Amino acid sequence: MSKIPETLRYSDTHEWVEDLGGGRYRVGITDHAQELLGDLVYVEVPEVGKAIRGGEVCGVLESVKAAADLYAPVNGTVLERNDGLGDNPQWLNEDPYGQGWMMVVEADAAACAGLLDAVAYGKLAES
Amino acid sequence: MSASIFDHDHHFPGVELPSDIPAELLRKTPLNLPNPAELEVLRHYTRLSQQNFSIDTQFYPLGSCTMKYNPRIAHTMASLPGFARLHPDTPAPAMQGLLQVLWELQEWLAAATGMAAVSLTPAAGAQGELAGVAMIRAYHAARGDHGRRKMLIPTAAHGTNPASAQMAGFAVVEIPNLADGDLDMAFLDQHLGPDVAGIMLTNPSTLGVFERRIADIAARVHGAGGLLYYDGANLNAILGRVQPGQMGFDVMHLNLHKTFATPHGGGGPGAGAVAVQERLRPFLPLPTVGREGGGALRWVTEQELPRSIGRFSAHGGNIGVLLRAHAYLRRLGRVGVSRVSAYAALNANYLLKELQRVGYQAAFPERRASHEFILSVSDLQKATGIRALDVAKRLLDFGIHAPTIYFPQLVPECLLIEPTETESKATLDRFVAVMAQIRQEALEQPELLREAPHHLPVGRLDEALAARRLDVAAAQ
Amino acid sequence: MPYIPHDGLETAAMLAAVGVERLDQLFDEIPPTLLVHDMVLPEGLSEMALHRELEGRAMSNAPLRCFAGGGAYAHHIPAIVWEIAGRGEFYSAYTPYQPEASQGTLQVVYEYQSFITRLTGLEVSNASLYDGASGLAEACLMALRIQGGDKSILVPENLLPGWRRVLDSVLGLQNIRLVSVPYDRATGTLILPAEAGDAAALIIPQSSALGLLEPVDALTDWAHGHDLLAIAVVNPLALALLKAPGDWGTQGADIAVGEGQPLGIPLTGGGPYFGFLACRKAHVRQLPGRLVAKTVDGQGREGFCLTLQAREQHIRRGKATSNICTNQGLMVTAATIHMATLGGRGLQQTAVLCHERAALLRELLTAVPGVSLPYGGPFFHEFVLRLPQAAVAVRDALLGHGLLAGLPLADWGMGEAGDLLVCTTELLEEADLLAYRDALTSVLETL
Repeated sequence: MSKIPETLRYSDTHEWVEDLGGGRYRVGITDHAQELLGDLVYVEVPEVGKAIRGGEVCGVLESVKAAADLYAPVNGTVLERNDGLGDNPQWLNEDPYGQGWMMVVEADAAACAGLLDAVAYGKLAES
Repeated sequence: MSASIFDHDHHFPGVELPSDIPAELLRKTPLNLPNPAELEVLRHYTRLSQQNFSIDTQFYPLGSCTMKYNPRIAHTMASLPGFARLHPDTPAPAMQGLLQVLWELQEWLAAATGMAAVSLTPAAGAQGELAGVAMIRAYHAARGDHGRRKMLIPTAAHGTNPASAQMAGFAVVEIPNLADGDLDMAFLDQHLGPDVAGIMLTNPSTLGVFERRIADIAARVHGAGGLLYYDGANLNAILGRVQPGQMGFDVMHLNLHKTFATPHGGGGPGAGAVAVQERLRPFLPLPTVGREGGGALRWVTEQELPRSIGRFSAHGGNIGVLLRAHAYLRRLGRVGVSRVSAYAALNANYLLKELQRVGYQAAFPERRASHEFILSVSDLQKATGIRALDVAKRLLDFGIHAPTIYFPQLVPECLLIEPTETESKATLDRFVAVMAQIRQEALEQPELLREAPHHLPVGRLDEALAARRLDVAAAQ
Repeated sequence: MPYIPHDGLETAAMLAAVGVERLDQLFDEIPPTLLVHDMVLPEGLSEMALHRELEGRAMSNAPLRCFAGGGAYAHHIPAIVWEIAGRGEFYSAYTPYQPEASQGTLQVVYEYQSFITRLTGLEVSNASLYDGASGLAEACLMALRIQGGDKSILVPENLLPGWRRVLDSVLGLQNIRLVSVPYDRATGTLILPAEAGDAAALIIPQSSALGLLEPVDALTDWAHGHDLLAIAVVNPLALALLKAPGDWGTQGADIAVGEGQPLGIPLTGGGPYFGFLACRKAHVRQLPGRLVAKTVDGQGREGFCLTLQAREQHIRRGKATSNICTNQGLMVTAATIHMATLGGRGLQQTAVLCHERAALLRELLTAVPGVSLPYGGPFFHEFVLRLPQAAVAVRDALLGHGLLAGLPLADWGMGEAGDLLVCTTELLEEADLLAYRDALTSVLETL
């Protein structure tokens, strides 16, 4: 059973969003997503300063046997990104909610409005 | 792992480089390649060959790949010095023997597929696909019909289909299959329109069953102004029995390395000849072989076929592969060709029934198998956690190559099995016995499967480490 | 029944197990209107009769001493090369998707990749493409992906015309413009382009279709100075002598691509050959085609597997780096064995011999009355000869002397009517060169 922390919000494309306050949000992929993909070997996260749009492709995830697009969960601008993932894509498998975070995005206060809570995401992941 | 060729090195004095080439154009760094003795080379690569599974040494029921016997006579014929030493720019009068072979092959492939014309030049199935969809694009453009940007492709299609369509500048629309394996006609109807260039299908489909409503599909696509592309990957299932031309297809490629028994060579070379209906003839890729009134043969070039989609390789394609396909077809003849699909279907349907008998579940139990069929081991996975991958790896321990696994993706935990017509009943019966034993093992000692293979030079490899470390060349 | 092992009893038993009486019934799901009843195909032949028929065809191709090059070269192939490459374990295996059962092919490809990286001076080589020309098209698409947003490629006018046609066909499908870079009609070598425009890369052939060596350092530096990638088009045998693309200019070329045929592949009328493609490690994710890596199994034993497969069509489908699937595996196996058999030293000796024989032939032929050299620059093993009569007619007349004398540039729409591109390899001995001179002298006197 994959982990779905209650404090986070989720997109239906399997990203999580953590509200850091002050219009800043940390983003990553869920435990369920990394289980589906298998051993990740490559990650492409948008550069700092780039504008991203919710629901649109903003990066790439590659595992040994699969390739997937990374979707932006919210509208915003990239403030920071986890550069360590370049050499350590396995962090996404080992610790998707911690060391495997992908980026911090600046967005407006309503950014999380359309996202799922842990219970709703849990149902999506099960189906 | 065997020793590396780089372990066999002897040191000789360097070679003096020519003085009439300016120094700034000559190598700056020494050429750091090994200098093994000939016997060391012979032993090294002979030993490496022994670490391969192959048709010549093992049963190889790899679905969608048609791993049939590659007759040795074809190799001997293609290696005749009169062919092997021929420079591609030899004037046509001095290469009539080769052109005769290629001309005949064009004619025979047209006859076998029910098409009007053939170009042999594409170097592989994927290049044939690219040439095929490029002809569809050129056909619409030549009629001033520029709005057709979409290519319809079943979700279960080979990955090369959408990749080729994309390379030819099309947007891909995926069409789902129904539970019985046939195409979703309602979805098709919804998406047909003046923006559709065509549809890419293989029949029998990648689900191992014949698309029964193909004539209806052809009528609807043609009615909407689109063309039908036939992916020849599964032609072995219908060779000599049903012609793609008669099913309503406008353009197709043939995988000569599948249906016409040329070797796979550990990943090529293949040959992906394309065949078309009359209205697409002006767009064929070049060169093709043409015949003068007096019987003399020559290469057809751009002057003669100005609307051609052009060239995809520097010369006439993978001629050596074409020579092998010609020898195979000539050896079989009309009667032999029509036996191919009959016995390919017999072997597949027999194997399916026998594997069901020992407990395996067919993905489409109510359907007749074509030349291949799909099993799903979802039941094993639910009962024991054993996956298709584990069954595949365990088969290797018995000296049998694994079937194709996890393709098509819409059947969970699937094995796609294609025995081909060249395997005997005894080989199939042994395969069934081994599969029965593996099923037993899965239920009683699942760890035996999970850790398989046990008897090969290496066990399951760490593919994540391979991709992360990316050691792709020996360090200097 | 050729290649079908079933006897009547076996067939009957199998049909019974399936639950049908006749083979035809296995096709009962196919609408009867689609079934064919006859096809115009010839009758089958016994193996003996087939052998006889094809031997006749093979022998009707005139045996010629080969002085033609233009991207396909007649070289000696040591006997062991195809003796081993033709072993069933290599010949009849599939693409190595099951690595545990394919370590032989996988290790061969890894060694091949290692050889190519050392010849080219670049870090990564793929497992091959169809041929040099289609490999160059893939290299251009790769450069466009790396650069992003650019829409054209700078293509020299002295690139082999057959290769240019492939670029037109493949790149044209994606509406990529090819901008021609002219060569100096006096020297035959490239003129530095005036501007880069919206190009992603400059193609630099070494040597060119005229057989001449280009000033690759200046061309590479020009490309980098204009933020273009430099794509080197090279002959792998010539790289035993010539500067490796990785050493061109101050930063080195970014991608090297070429026709692998000179490495142990018979001419066979034009194929199958193979294309090689090497690049910097930084660009590996944009590389088309298969790639083999070394790794370990669960017990720590070293082994090889395909890697970065997520770039490829069977996973990425419409978003793959290329549609390539099957490539030229057996040709790569032969080339690897060929390179190992010759060794680094043998490759260099062969390349030197090609050059020396070509230099000698050039000297012999330019002494024939009326024959001149339009370009005097350095060359590897091909050069253009200017004949006092149409090169096509001279080439055709020399067929009667058992010689394929070269390639008339007029066939390519290049140069003047008298221009003939002549190639010499180690296969041709001094006696062959003298025979060429004598035949040419006599043909020019009588034409």
